[in-house]
Amino acid sequence: MTTAATTSTAGAAEAAGLLRETSLLRFATAGSVDDGKSTLVGRLLHDSKSVLADQLEAVEHASRSRGAEGPDLALLTDGLRAEREQGITIDVAYRYFATPRRRFILADTPGHVQYTRNMVTGASTADLAIILVDARNGVVEQTRRHAAVAALLRVPHVVLAVNKMDLAGYDESVFASIAEQFTAYAASLGVPEVTAVPISALVGDNVVTPSEHMDWYSGPTVLEHLETVEVDHDPAGDVARFPVQYVIRPQTAEHPDYRGYAGQLASGVLRVGQPVTVLPSGRTSVIEGIDALGQSVRAAWAPQSVTVRLADDLDISRGDLIAPADDAPAPSQDVTATVCHLHDTPLRVGQRVLLKHTTRTVKAIVKEIGSRLTLDDLSPHPEPGELVANDIGRVRIRTAEPLPLDPYALSRRTGSFLLIDPADGSTLTAGMSGEAFAGADGAVRAGNDAPREDGWDF
Amino acid sequence: MTTSTEPTTGPADASGTATAGTSADTTETASGTAYALSHLDTLESEAVHIFREVAGEFERPVILFSGGKDSIVMLHLALKAFAPAPVPFALLHVDTGHNFPEVLDYRDRVVAEHRLRLHVASVQEFIDRGELRERADGTRNPLQTVPLLHAIETGRFDAVFGGGRRDEEKARAKERVFSLRDEFGGWDPRRQRPELWQLYNGRHAPGEHVRVFPLSNWTELDVWQYIGREKIELPAIYYAHTREVFKRDGMWLAPGGWGGPRDGEAVQERRVRYRTVGDMSCTGAVDSDAATIEQVIAEIAASRLTERGATRADDKLSEAAMEDRKREGYF
Repeated sequence: MTTAATTSTAGAAEAAGLLRETSLLRFATAGSVDDGKSTLVGRLLHDSKSVLADQLEAVEHASRSRGAEGPDLALLTDGLRAEREQGITIDVAYRYFATPRRRFILADTPGHVQYTRNMVTGASTADLAIILVDARNGVVEQTRRHAAVAALLRVPHVVLAVNKMDLAGYDESVFASIAEQFTAYAASLGVPEVTAVPISALVGDNVVTPSEHMDWYSGPTVLEHLETVEVDHDPAGDVARFPVQYVIRPQTAEHPDYRGYAGQLASGVLRVGQPVTVLPSGRTSVIEGIDALGQSVRAAWAPQSVTVRLADDLDISRGDLIAPADDAPAPSQDVTATVCHLHDTPLRVGQRVLLKHTTRTVKAIVKEIGSRLTLDDLSPHPEPGELVANDIGRVRIRTAEPLPLDPYALSRRTGSFLLIDPADGSTLTAGMSGEAFAGADGAVRAGNDAPREDGWDF
Repeated sequence: MTTSTEPTTGPADASGTATAGTSADTTETASGTAYALSHLDTLESEAVHIFREVAGEFERPVILFSGGKDSIVMLHLALKAFAPAPVPFALLHVDTGHNFPEVLDYRDRVVAEHRLRLHVASVQEFIDRGELRERADGTRNPLQTVPLLHAIETGRFDAVFGGGRRDEEKARAKERVFSLRDEFGGWDPRRQRPELWQLYNGRHAPGEHVRVFPLSNWTELDVWQYIGREKIELPAIYYAHTREVFKRDGMWLAPGGWGGPRDGEAVQERRVRYRTVGDMSCTGAVDSDAATIEQVIAEIAASRLTERGATRADDKLSEAAMEDRKREGYF
């Protein structure tokens, strides 16, 4: 009997489901150990059968050696020896699991101390964020911080998981009151959509399988929501942005004149025949062809990696941006942005940095730190002088060359940037151009206008 | 309307020049699904973006190529990323001296076919010169670090592509796509740069280099699905075949000049295949009848063991074996 044949019929059926190409959802979790976040993540991995026998054996072994009775699912997300020995966590760990309906990448961001920078990192690529609250405590300061980060990073979907419902008597009114309070707060930050789910991660209620204790709840379980939430929003409604990464010029006998601009669509759709502007030069041409990794196509959309050919022989190099001629951003040397400072040395007014935006890195100076934002209550502190690690603040930056930045609200990829220390190359700060939050009415306040002192009017 | 006439990025046409044909009359649809990308399309696109970032920002990149499936997929992605131009990187193989002959044959064939440059760092030569000592257990996997770092230094490579995936192992789960290594090749997990959006910071001082992992977000199943979709050829030992093996530490190892079997280890013929391909002394075969890519994928999807748990003795050394090797500069 072979190993392959000893797997059960059920296993084979599951396998058949996993063979199809599905879609990919990137999501992040926010919540402390006390909220049961590790247990929730462990439960998602375990109950979706993503934990394999040798991993579970390792967890059981580790649980026993630490004196625990049963396997501690929180240990599934435990990391490095350095973390175990020093009781620290190293920002983001990525977890991978799949169901027959979808592939998932989970950015697991533990840690109390460095929380903001960890969550900002995890949320930067997330399509969805799960924010956990303890049903007994409701919406607390930390919950508001997590909501603020999700709103700031413009995570498209937010899930509120009200955990420990078993300890709150599975009481519908407890859940309803927390969900209502949170949804109102999130809406005030411009979060477009909140899905609230009552769960018990410890017992397994509504995580993967529907709870038997809360018949008053008819919505999806956490996993069902993750499997079905719409991730492919229509890119045709977005501005087209194509940062040039690399110029492909084979100069071979077969392709003596081929000249293609390689890149990944940051946003929107490009089509053959479309008039385009190349920034920062402002020269215009028409898209002659699009090569999508081995086949010629009529159109390409974000986040496809393609090679674009233009009708005219322009001088284009890495760092340039190709955009529709009628909808190109205006390059500017003045950047107004909300930033999260990441590095242990502070960011100061007057500091010389490198600014990395899409495929272009330019010299820049921090001209002004207008305010620091307290994430608990969103109160601004004007003129803080510097930002330390985990601070969120409003800054004005002057760049050595004009950059075609979009408002982050318009495009996450062409509205974001990093500040880098020119001396040692460290990543210092993550920046989002334009206004920090959408208005309470959901309208986007875009543009590079200077921050108002009273700019946090929610 | 739910159907779309937008061309999709399906398997590459063999000629590489196929056109989308009928899509001249492309119609707009209001449905977002018209522009959907599958999970493989998304992962492929991300990996190609990473290759092109490195080509744009580094002077002397090199691809670590073992002839294993992950490095084969990396090379396939690199070929697609720069077509119709050749891959602008050389390959580097760390040869333990205990490689499967089928894998070395495959390596040489691929290098010739795509006219690539290949650098080989030989563990055997370091042993012969007395700069490395054979371990008591005969495994050479941990011995690869010194020749690897030597090759990076003498080749003056500033970016080194590795096929590591975060789903493989918990130390890898915390590694960045761009992973800065100090002048000793060491990895310090506490001094990693935060990685946000798709902005990769590859700045480094002279003598330092950056390890780059384009397959960071792929799982073993993704790799196999992609191999199937793209019809990528692999060394034959990845598929079921009959082979002489013997049991050591619960794994089926293949006899060879590397030092097996010892007395009392009985050799028998079994129908097996390999889930990973590394040094013969510590890479185990699994019992399998999976002779086609479809059968392999079905087997992987149904497996209840991780590939490293099933086939790698070196990771069973301790709870932190991989972490320790990475700190010393391992892959």
